[in-house]
Amino acid sequence: MTAPSEDIPVTAEASVAAPAPGGTPRLAVENLRIIMRPSRHQPEVDVVDEVSFTVQPGYVLGLVGESGSGKTTVALALLGLVKRGLAIGGGKVLIDGRDILALSEHELQKLRGKTVAYVPQDPSSALNPVLKVGTQLREVFAVHGGDEGRLTEVMAEAGLEDPGPILAAYPHQLSGGQQQRVALAMAFACRPRLIVLDEPTTGLDVTTQRRVLDTVRGLCRTYEVAAVYISHDLAVVAEIADQVAVLYAGRLIEIGPAREVFATPSHPYTRGLMRAVPVLESTYELHGLAGSPPRPGSRPPGCFFQPRCEFAVAECELRQPDLITVSGTGHAARCVRAAEITALSATLALASERSAPSAEEPVLTITGVSVSYTNKPVLRDVNLVVGAKQSVAIVGTSGSGKTTLARCVVGLHKDWTGTITFAGAELPPGVRGRTQDQLRRIQFVSQNPYSSLNPRHTIGQIVGAPLAHFHKLGGREHRQRIEDALTSVALRASFAARYPDELSGGERQRVALARALVLDPDLLVCDEVTSALDVSVQAAIVELLLRLQAERGLALLFITHNLPLVRSIADDVTVISAGQICERGPVTQVLTEPSHDYTRQLLADVPAFGTDDPLTG
Amino acid sequence: MARRSEAVVVLGRAVRTPRGATGLVIAGCVILVAVIGPAVAPYSSTEFVTAPFARASRAAWLGGDVLGRDVLTRTLNGGWELLAMAAVATALGVGVGAMIGVIAAYYGGWWDNVIMRAVDVILAFPQLVFALLLVSILGPKIWLIVLAVAISHAPQVARVSRAAALDVSERDFVKAMQILGIPGRRIIRRDVLPNLTSVLMVEIGLRLTYSMLIIAGLSFLGFGLQPPTASWGLMINENRVGLIANPWGVLMPAILIAMFTIGVNTFTDAVAHASLGVGRRSTEPDPLVGLVAEGATT
Repeated sequence: MTAPSEDIPVTAEASVAAPAPGGTPRLAVENLRIIMRPSRHQPEVDVVDEVSFTVQPGYVLGLVGESGSGKTTVALALLGLVKRGLAIGGGKVLIDGRDILALSEHELQKLRGKTVAYVPQDPSSALNPVLKVGTQLREVFAVHGGDEGRLTEVMAEAGLEDPGPILAAYPHQLSGGQQQRVALAMAFACRPRLIVLDEPTTGLDVTTQRRVLDTVRGLCRTYEVAAVYISHDLAVVAEIADQVAVLYAGRLIEIGPAREVFATPSHPYTRGLMRAVPVLESTYELHGLAGSPPRPGSRPPGCFFQPRCEFAVAECELRQPDLITVSGTGHAARCVRAAEITALSATLALASERSAPSAEEPVLTITGVSVSYTNKPVLRDVNLVVGAKQSVAIVGTSGSGKTTLARCVVGLHKDWTGTITFAGAELPPGVRGRTQDQLRRIQFVSQNPYSSLNPRHTIGQIVGAPLAHFHKLGGREHRQRIEDALTSVALRASFAARYPDELSGGERQRVALARALVLDPDLLVCDEVTSALDVSVQAAIVELLLRLQAERGLALLFITHNLPLVRSIADDVTVISAGQICERGPVTQVLTEPSHDYTRQLLADVPAFGTDDPLTG
Repeated sequence: MARRSEAVVVLGRAVRTPRGATGLVIAGCVILVAVIGPAVAPYSSTEFVTAPFARASRAAWLGGDVLGRDVLTRTLNGGWELLAMAAVATALGVGVGAMIGVIAAYYGGWWDNVIMRAVDVILAFPQLVFALLLVSILGPKIWLIVLAVAISHAPQVARVSRAAALDVSERDFVKAMQILGIPGRRIIRRDVLPNLTSVLMVEIGLRLTYSMLIIAGLSFLGFGLQPPTASWGLMINENRVGLIANPWGVLMPAILIAMFTIGVNTFTDAVAHASLGVGRRSTEPDPLVGLVAEGATT
C-alpha cells in the first residue's frame, strides 16, 4: 500500500481558519454536537461534542474509537441521521460547502445514496434476503436516476468480475466478501461525493478484508470520493486511511496524518491503544488500559481521560483541554502534555520471546480426528499435541473447523472419529461418557461474554455453579473459593453479588475465566475469547491469561483468527484451513518463516502499521 | 445487592403504565365481585324471591331469574367457582405445556420429534370441541372440565415455550453447564426456565382469559356446573328466554365475563410490552441501551 504523501490536507480544529490547499474540502464537520435527553425532567447530556474535521476529495479519514466512543453516532450524523433518543445539538456537516444538517427530510432523502453513501457493518443484514441482488442494485439506479447500463461497470469496479450469476443470486447465496462487494457497488453506483463506511470488514477474514480495503481505496482515489472509515481496528485504519481521528467519550482527542499519529501518538489514550495492539513482526508486551470509558452523563470534570491517564497532572482535573497542534502537518491532540508524550512514544518494551518449554509429557494428544456434518467433512485427520504448561494456538479463518475441534475436545461435539487422549487416558466423545475428574480438568471459555453468563444469576452463582457440582463444600469455604477465583482474574470479591448486565464486556470475560479456573483445571480451551472485545480490553485479557498460565502451570489451547495475537500468547501454533492442518511449529518459526503457501498468504494479508515499524520507529 | 426477580420487575413496570393499570382495575373489579360476592349476597342463591323474570325492585335490585331467584345473589355467587376453575386449568395447562416445550427444545432430536408431533395431533382439535368431546364422554365433572381445558391449552403453550427455550438452550451459558456434566434437568431448572419468565407470564394471562371463556362456554352449553348451582355461563343460558322481561339475568354475567376477559388481556398486553428489554440494562434510561449495544457486536 502506498504511503500517504507528506502534504496531506488535514485540518484540525486548531487550524480550521486556514483552509487547506486544494480549495473547499469535500467534507467539513464543524463543532458537531449530538445530545441525549434521558427523560423530560433530566437535563440533556452530550453524547458527542466539539467534533471537527475535514476530508479532501479522494482521501480517506479513519475514525477510530472503542465501544461507546460515539463513532457510529458521528458516522450517522454525516448522513443527517441520529439514533433514537438522540438529537443534533449544534454544529455543521458541510458537504461541498452545503450544510446537510439544515436540510429538510425530503432533501436529505435525495441526498442519501446519491451524494452521501453508506456501507454498513454487516452486509448480510443490510441486503434484503428476499430480493435478488440484481433487483436491489437496479433499485439504486431507479431511485437516483442513474444509467442502468453502468451496472456491469459498477460491479466490476467493486471487484465482482463476473456479474451475471451474482445479479441472479439471493444475498444468502453469496459469501461474506461478495456481499460486502455488492454493498460497495451499491454505495459507489451513483458516484457519491462522500462515502461513510461503518466497520465494513469486521466479519470478514483477513484475505477478504485486504481485497475489500484495496477496492475501497482504489475507488476513492479514482473518483475523487471522500471517505470516512469507521473502525475499532487500528491496524485496518492504518492500512486504509490517510488521516486518522481518534474519538474518546464523544470528543476528538487526536487527529492527524495516519502515519504520524500511529508512529508518534500524542495523546495518552492513543498511546495506550497502540500499546494494546499485537503486532506480527515482533513480540511486545501487551498492555491493557485500566478502567472503562465514562458513559454520557457521568463524564468526569476536566479531561475525560484523566481518571485512566498515567500522565495526568493536577491541571487535567480542572478543565477540558483544547486541541493542541503538535506538528506542521495538522497533527493535534487534546492533551496538555501532548508535546511531551509525542516525544515519549518510541519507548515501548519488547517482551522477551516466549521460550517454548522443554517437551514435557503431553497433556492433550489429538490423533486422526475427523468430523463430518451431513457427509461434508469439517475436520480431516487432525493431529495435535499440547504439552503440560504449554500454550498452543490454533489459527484459521472462519469455517476452517477450528471451533469444531475445540468443541470435540471439551465434549460438546460428540460425533467424531479418531482419538483424543487427555493425561494418558482416552477421552470418550461426549460429556456423558467422561469421568468427573476429566470433566473438571478440562475447562472451556467461549467467544462471546455477552451470551456465556446467565443473565438471571449473580456472578457468585455463576462462578459457584461448577464448584457446587464437583465439590460439596461448606458455605464458608464455597464463598472463599469464589472470592479467590474472582481475585485471581483481577475482579473485586464484591462482584459476586452483581448481575452480568452490570458488567462491561471485559469484566464479563473475566467472570467466564473465573468460572473455568475455580475448578483448578489442567487444560483451558479458549475459543476466540478476545474477538468480541475492544483492543485495550483484549490486551488486558491476554495479560491476565499469560499471568494465570505462568502461575498455575495451565496448558492452554487458544483458538483465534488473529495472527498477531498468537505471537503474544502462544508457544506453538497450528494453522488450519478447510478442516486440515497446513502447518505447525513454534510461533516465531511459523510467523517468520512460514513453509505453507496458505500461511504465507494469511501473513501477507494481515493489516499492519506500515513498512517501518511504528512502535520502534 | 438483592435484586427483585424478573417477574416482580415486569409486573411492577406493567402496573405503572396506563394500559396495565386500566387492565388490572377492570379485571380486579370482577375478581372482587367473585370473591367477596358470596359473603355479601342478600339471599341464598336457591331461594325463590320474586316471580320468574320479575323486573328490578327494591327487594331484588336486579330482578328475578327464570325461577324467580334473585339475579343479584346468583351473580355474586356465580363467579368464584368459574374463576377458580379457570385459574387451576391455566396453571395446569401452562405448567405442563411449558415443561413439555422446554424438554422438547432442550433435548431435541428424537424427543423433540415425538413430543411435538403428539402436540400437533392435539392442536388439530379446536379447543372447545376437544373439551366438549372429553366432557360428553365422561360426564360433566368439575375436575374433568378443568383437566380438559388444561389439556387443550398445553399444546399451544408447548409450542410457544419450545420456541423460546430453543433460543435459550443454544446460548453459551447453557453450554458452559453442559460441559461440566451437569444433568439436563438441573440445567433446565436453573438456567433455562428462569430465562422464560416473561414469555410464560404473557402466556398465563392469555390462557386465563381463554380458560374463562371455554369454561363459561361449557356451562352455557350445559356441560359445566349443573343446576341449581349459580354460575355465570349457566345463568346466561337459563335466563336468555327472559331477555326482554328481565335483561339483567343475562347481562350481568355477560358483562362480568367480558370485563374479566378484556381486563386480563389488556394487562397481559402491558406485561408483554414491559418485558421487552428486561434482563439487559434494566437500570439504565432507554436511549442509553442503543449506545451500550453499539459496542457489543464490534
